[in-house]
Amino acid sequence: MPSQDEIFTKVQEALVDALGVDEDEVTPEATLQGDLDAESIDFLDIVFRLEKSFDIKIERGELFPEDILNDTAYVQDGKVNADGIVQLKQRMPFADLSRFEANPQVQNLGKQLTVADMCAFVEYKLAT
Amino acid sequence: MRWFWVDRFTEFVGSSHAVGHKGIALSDSFMHDHWDCYPTMPHSLIAEGMAQTGGLLVSEMYDFKELVVLAKFSKLSFQGITRGGDSLTYRAEIENVRDVGASVTVKGHCGEELRSVGEIFFARLQAGDVGDADDGMPTRLFDPVDLAHWLHVVGIFDVGVKKDGTRMRAVDYGLPTKLAQ
Repeated sequence: MPSQDEIFTKVQEALVDALGVDEDEVTPEATLQGDLDAESIDFLDIVFRLEKSFDIKIERGELFPEDILNDTAYVQDGKVNADGIVQLKQRMPFADLSRFEANPQVQNLGKQLTVADMCAFVEYKLAT
Repeated sequence: MRWFWVDRFTEFVGSSHAVGHKGIALSDSFMHDHWDCYPTMPHSLIAEGMAQTGGLLVSEMYDFKELVVLAKFSKLSFQGITRGGDSLTYRAEIENVRDVGASVTVKGHCGEELRSVGEIFFARLQAGDVGDADDGMPTRLFDPVDLAHWLHVVGIFDVGVKKDGTRMRAVDYGLPTKLAQ
């Protein structure tokens, strides 16, 4: 199991390559969409790079459970409801969803995903 | 001018790799102004050739029937200059595939000399991917007759084999088997 520093370095490398950003922009606090300008297609690129770097397999929806966000049982008027939050927490145990819970607009989830969340995701995948 | 940036394929193996060639001539119109005193092939057009080589390879995985569009170049670099009389060879290899798209690495060589390297992402668009624009989304990118013409003239049906090793035939993809007159 690599150390947290090793995970961060590899995640940083994947994000630099996938997003064309400078290394110093990829801080743990940086948000992927807000600070690093990641677009939806970039997530697939990032997933491919993480799989290669860490020799892991990431299934669709594991990193970003869009199926929950598209399910009307969990989303009403553009906001994730209480049941949806429970589902998200189960599916994203690696992410800190406290900010999202305060204003659970669907589009906020992607915007609030940080580099630290990505590192936690990798750590979670390597441990399971 | 037809937007063909690969003249001929000499290898095309479904879900694996493709090799395409592009000859550059001083008579090519894009050479006239780029530049008059020292004509070179614009890198943007080399990138287009790389994308066409990789794009057809990805599109074949979906039987040339789905909306496969270039999403981004993750990496793209060029070395040296390409002049009249040069012949570029593009080799595209499938790197990763998902239901939502695929990534391809394409290298361009002139003889032994590496001229370009690119990592290209192609998205496979499906209903729901573009929100409200779905109503206006075409069901396929090319008219089948135009697509068949393109694939025939660049020799894909002469050299292409499918993933299972059998020959690629136009009819297998629901395309006309002969060039339109």
